[in-house]
Amino acid sequence: MDLFLQLLITGVMVGSIYALVALGWTLIYKCSGVLNLAMGELTLMGAYVCLSFYTWGIPFPLAVVGMLIIGFILGLLTERLFLRRMVGESILAVIMVTVGLSFFFRGIVAFTWGTDTRVFDPPVFPAEPIRWGRIVVGQVYVWSFVAALVMLVVFVAFFKYTRWGLSMQATADDEMAALSLGVSAHRVYALAWAIAFMAAGVGGTLLGNINGLNISVGYLGLLVLPAVVLGGLNSVPGAIVGGIAIGVLQNLSAGYLSRFTPGGIKEIAPFAFMVIILLFRPYGLWGWVKIERV
Amino acid sequence: MSQPALDEIHLKVDDLRISFGGVQALAGVSLDVRRGEIFSLIGPNGAGKTVLLNCINGLYPPKAGRILFEGRDMTSLRPHQRAALGIARTFQKIELFSGMTVLDNIRLGRHLHMRAGILSGACYVGKAAREELVHREFIEREIIDLLEIAHIRDKIVGMLPYGLQKRVELARALALQPRILLLDEPMAGLNLEEVEDMARFILDLNEGERWRATCVLVEHDMGVVMDISNRVAVLNFGEKIAEGPPAEVQANPEVVRAYLGEVEDLYVSRR
Repeated sequence: MDLFLQLLITGVMVGSIYALVALGWTLIYKCSGVLNLAMGELTLMGAYVCLSFYTWGIPFPLAVVGMLIIGFILGLLTERLFLRRMVGESILAVIMVTVGLSFFFRGIVAFTWGTDTRVFDPPVFPAEPIRWGRIVVGQVYVWSFVAALVMLVVFVAFFKYTRWGLSMQATADDEMAALSLGVSAHRVYALAWAIAFMAAGVGGTLLGNINGLNISVGYLGLLVLPAVVLGGLNSVPGAIVGGIAIGVLQNLSAGYLSRFTPGGIKEIAPFAFMVIILLFRPYGLWGWVKIERV
Repeated sequence: MSQPALDEIHLKVDDLRISFGGVQALAGVSLDVRRGEIFSLIGPNGAGKTVLLNCINGLYPPKAGRILFEGRDMTSLRPHQRAALGIARTFQKIELFSGMTVLDNIRLGRHLHMRAGILSGACYVGKAAREELVHREFIEREIIDLLEIAHIRDKIVGMLPYGLQKRVELARALALQPRILLLDEPMAGLNLEEVEDMARFILDLNEGERWRATCVLVEHDMGVVMDISNRVAVLNFGEKIAEGPPAEVQANPEVVRAYLGEVEDLYVSRR
C-alpha cells in the first residue's frame, strides 16, 4: 500500500508537468487545428534558455521569468515565420512543417548547448526529501508540482477571463463566426504558439531539475500525445487530466511491471494505453464528438 | 418597399475576380450598393453569391478587383478589420457558438470590442462597470427586444430550433452595430411564419431610426426578395447578368432564361 501511494503521489507530481505541456499542445490544436509534433523541442528550447540564465547567476525565479519572455517571443516568431504561410494548406503539409521545426530546434539546441547532460548547478531545490509518514517525496517533485499547478491556473484563467482568451475560445469554437465578429485569427494563432512555448519551457525546466537536461527531455513531446488523446484533443481540462493520468500510469507501470520485463516498460505503457483509448473512445474523455449529419 | 434610397454609394464592388482551381467563381463582378437600401443578390445555385459575400467580408481574398466601403479601398483589409469598420454578416450554414447561451453569443460579439482593461474588469468598478451596463442595456433594448428573443435568452443555442438559431445569428451580427449587414440566405429552411418574421426584422433594421443598416441580401425566396428589395442583382456562373429594381429584373428575359428557363416558374413564391 505504501508503495502504491508513493508511486501515485510521485506520478501525479510528474504528471502535472506533462499536463502543463499538454495544455500548450492543446491550445495550438484547438485554436488553429495544427497538430504540433515539435512540442518536445519547444520544451528543450525553454529548458535550455532557463538553464543558461541560471548558470549566468540569475536567481531561479527570475531565470524562469526571463525564459517565459523569450518563449513568448519565440512563439510569436515561430508562428509568423513558419506557420502563417501554411494557413489553408493541407493538414499533412502543416504537420510536416512541425516535424521540420522539431529537427530545426533540436539542431539549434545541440549546436548551442551541446549534447552532454547538463544540470542546474547549484541545485535549485534542496536535496532533502519531504516525509509524510512512510511516504518520501523529493522536494524537487513537490516544488515542480506547485509550479506546474500555478502555471496551469494562470493559463486557464487567461483563457477563460481575458478578452484575448475569449478570442481564442471563439476561434476554437467556430472560426468563421469569430472572424465575422472581428477576431483576428492571426493574432489568436500567434498567441497560442506563444503560450505553448511558455508552457513547454516551464515543463522542460522542471523536468530538467528532476533528471538533468539533455536532448532526450525532448521526448516529452511524444509523451504529450497519449495525454491529449486521453483527454480529447481539443479539451483543456482533458489535457490536464490526461497529463496527470499519464504520469501516474508511467510510475505505476515502472513500479509494478518493470521487474517482469527487460526494461523500458515505463516508456511503452503510455502508448499502449493510448492505443486502447483510441479503440474504445476515439474522442477521448472530453473531446468534441464531430458527427457530420448529411 | 422601404424608403427611397439615397444615391450615395455605400459599398462598391469593382471588377471582382476569384477562381477556385479551374472554376471562375467570380468573373469580373461590379456592383454599387447605395446607402440605406436593401440590395439583393439572386441567381441559381453555384452562381457565386456566397463567394461574393465572403469577398466583401474578407474571408476570401479576390484575385483581382477592388472593394470600396464608404469610398475607402478595403480590399487588403483582414476580416477582423472589416468587422471593426462595421460590416457584419450571417451565414448560410449557421455558425453559432452552439454550446453557449443566446445572451452569451450576442455578448461575445459585443465584448470583443469593449475597451476596459483586465484589472478594472476583474474588480468590476469604474470604467468597466459603466461600460458593461451600457453594453448590457444596448443588447437588451436594441437587439433582444427588436428580434423578439427575450424568451430564449438563457437557452443554450444548440438546443434551439433552426428558425430561432437563424434569428440568434442575426442578433449576434447586430451586436457589432453594423453599418452594412451581409445576410446569406436568412430565410433558408424557415417556415412561412418565420420567413415573414425575418422579413419584418430586416425591414426594421433597414428603416428603423436606430439602425439604418444597409443590407446585402442573398436569398432564394423570390417572394421575399421582390417584396423587400430596393434593387436586385442577378448572378449567373460568376457574372452579373442583370441589375435594377425588382420589377425590371423580373421582366428581363436573360434573367428568366438563366434562372429557371420558364417564365412562369420564376414567380412561384411561397406566399
